[in-house]
Amino acid sequence: MQRTISFTLNGKPARVTTDDERMLLWVLRSDLGLTGAKFGCGEGLCGACTVVVDQQAVRSCSVPVKDIAGKRVVTIEGLGNGDKLHPIQEAFLKHHAFQCGYCTSGMLVNAYALLLKTPKPTRAEILQHMEDNLCRCGAHVRIVEAIQEAAGAVKGGAL
Amino acid sequence: MRPDNSNLSRRGFFAVAGSGLFVFFRADLDAFQEPARFPGRQAGPTDFNAYLRIGADGRVTCLVGKVELGQGSMTALAQLLAEELDVPFDSVDMVMGDTDRCPYDMGTFGSMCIRMLGPVVRAAGAEARAVLIQMAAEQFHAPPDRLQAKAGVITDPLAPGKRVTYAQLVEGKRIERHIEKVPVKPVAAFTIIGKSPRRKDALEKVTGKAMYAGDIALPGMLHARILRLPAHGATLKSVDTSAAEKVPGARVVRDGDLIAVLHERRDLAEQALGLIKAQFDRPRTGLDDKTIFDHLLKTAPQPQVVGQGGSIAEGEKLSTAIVDETYLNSYVAHASMETHSAIASVENGKATVWASTQAPFSVKPAVAQALGIQQENVHIVTPFVGGGFGGKSGAPQAVEAARLAKAAGKPVQVVWDRAEEFFFDTFRPAAVVKIRSGLTAAGKIAFWDAKVYAAGEREATPFYDIPNHHTVAAGGWQGGNPPGMHPFGIGPWRAPSANTNTFARESHIDILAAKAGVDPLEFRLSHLTDPRMRRALETVAKQFAWKPAKTPSGRGVGVACGIYSNTYVATMAELAVDKSSGSVQVKRVVTALDAGLIVNPDGLRQQMEGSITMGLGYSLTEEVRFQDGEVLDRNFDSYQLPRFSWLPKIETIIIDNPGLPAQGCGEPPITTMGAVVANAIYDAVGARLLQLPMTPARILAALKKG
Repeated sequence: MQRTISFTLNGKPARVTTDDERMLLWVLRSDLGLTGAKFGCGEGLCGACTVVVDQQAVRSCSVPVKDIAGKRVVTIEGLGNGDKLHPIQEAFLKHHAFQCGYCTSGMLVNAYALLLKTPKPTRAEILQHMEDNLCRCGAHVRIVEAIQEAAGAVKGGAL
Repeated sequence: MRPDNSNLSRRGFFAVAGSGLFVFFRADLDAFQEPARFPGRQAGPTDFNAYLRIGADGRVTCLVGKVELGQGSMTALAQLLAEELDVPFDSVDMVMGDTDRCPYDMGTFGSMCIRMLGPVVRAAGAEARAVLIQMAAEQFHAPPDRLQAKAGVITDPLAPGKRVTYAQLVEGKRIERHIEKVPVKPVAAFTIIGKSPRRKDALEKVTGKAMYAGDIALPGMLHARILRLPAHGATLKSVDTSAAEKVPGARVVRDGDLIAVLHERRDLAEQALGLIKAQFDRPRTGLDDKTIFDHLLKTAPQPQVVGQGGSIAEGEKLSTAIVDETYLNSYVAHASMETHSAIASVENGKATVWASTQAPFSVKPAVAQALGIQQENVHIVTPFVGGGFGGKSGAPQAVEAARLAKAAGKPVQVVWDRAEEFFFDTFRPAAVVKIRSGLTAAGKIAFWDAKVYAAGEREATPFYDIPNHHTVAAGGWQGGNPPGMHPFGIGPWRAPSANTNTFARESHIDILAAKAGVDPLEFRLSHLTDPRMRRALETVAKQFAWKPAKTPSGRGVGVACGIYSNTYVATMAELAVDKSSGSVQVKRVVTALDAGLIVNPDGLRQQMEGSITMGLGYSLTEEVRFQDGEVLDRNFDSYQLPRFSWLPKIETIIIDNPGLPAQGCGEPPITTMGAVVANAIYDAVGARLLQLPMTPARILAALKKG
């Protein structure tokens, strides 16, 4: 159904008028011009499209835009503050926790969601939370290290 | 001080270009510190001129035909140039894979960026630096060999007031001056090579700003979803597009065999595509992922001898035990996280295509041919590429986008979905390796008789000291296979041939070691005189704290080694096998690598970690299932990539060998993974796995067999 959906996008009000059954990923990428969230599988199997909706990591390729009405959406573009990177981005940068970078937005946003919920995750909790985010280059070992480092950095409430 | 433009001695060399200094040089391999040793160099750039430009603002642009797939060449090549040119690393901007701006390049594959392009970039930087010093010397009226260049500034130590920057010397002008045989720096003089600066692509990638082909939008652009055949070999019988055409904003375009729905929104194009009613004739070949191996043996071309020494008959006479085994591996997908993507604009007989590809200079003629225009009217731009691993050596999606853009009269973007990616992938070929060998009474390998089908010849010939050996290879990943041998496309997959052949060779060596009752490391060393391989094995064993034992020892430890791109790799692993489920948890992997001179140690470690992690996939789960030309694995639910929970403790050791020029790094460390896992499984539970991937079902079957 064609309708106007209002929500908060990266801290700012956003409105989009469209078929409300469309998936959030394509609305973000095509209608709103935010291309940080990536298309990888289209079925919620790879995590490249991960965004945060009301503090929960979701697969934007599989969330109809009607489901986000009135909610707060955070994408990779919403991490950090202007030129200042978010601690999780700083940690990914420092550890070179990426190679091709295509899964990286989803990895960062999913890790951000983990730290929102569990500021001091154990290694096992990190592995479990990140399990369904796929990386073909094999940056996993550094991603885990980066999340551990960011978890140390955010104890003062940087999130 | 400004350069003296009236200097007659320089006048002939300058031409106003507006944007900077171009240094023209010839790839005089004799000028390289690194010897001419590149088998493929005749295919490398010979008609190029400019690899670098010094801007009026002092920034240096490095132009290369290679692309950044994640392997880090954007950073390492910048280091090489900054080192030789003597400019700050941060002042170098990379332009990669742009066919209008960069010199011709064959493609980004084969671990060649540093090994083969590296010396060219270094030579370019060294010559440019020498030219700039010569220019400064003329300005200073001082001998050039007295001057010093550092961080883009030339000074005369004997005349403290004399100082000129590269930017001041160049002044936005273009220079054509050659200095023959400029030496590159010796290792001892390096200040940038051998360091691990922040990756050039880091900031863009952690902020989501890095642009891939699917992220680029042009005004008026339409997204295409293309009608596909359900199976390889299928043909379209009938098609009804009327329902799709009724979707608001959708447009159905037909260009020959290409039928596509175009829409301003990709997801709405997808919806409309689903309304197309099509009927197909489908082949019934009876071929599937189980019958493929017999089929390969029947259809493979005539075997070619790829290595031999001594006499197999003599070896047989010396043997007291014979080991004859057959090793198999299934088709494996590249499965880059970015699917093949492209956006094309065709206007006034000229095409510009942004494509995810490993070989933009091959895409150019393909697009030109498809559009019926001259190559000079085609411009390929390569943004960041979201992984390649060999799978983006071609770019059929770029041709599709160009054809559809021409047909539609508007820019068209093609982003394959995951099912298209699996369908059109050029898989690592399924393959069969047969090795028959003998042991003497003293436990030495008396002969080695190997036949490789479909994998290709790389790493097929053993590097062990074996007096009598004979290796043949029939067919390979590079083409030349008879039609119908493979039911779909095959091609290079990270370290082509070598994963299959290393799995077979290193498994077989372990079987011989067990038969001889000798520790597998000791058995290898007793057949090795190559000092680089001995050192790699000894290095990894020390770090791993390898304790010699006959296999199976019940500990679950394994070793494997290999050579690829003249890089030596030795790997040890520890794992646990759940005997009830057949599942494997790899606990620890240690890899030692000798790749000669290391340009960027952290970049090398990323490649090693990535190879180890990716290698677990083809070892344990990854195989493409198919039936009658239909690819049954279409997404990541059934095709299982390595995940976080698989992660072993990974230790990487870089062997110090700076006297050897920089070798390839992106592929070698993945080649040992199949065998090291197979050998550790055998050590754990006494079951010998002869087929990749080593799935729980195959492990249970091997356990049952005993």
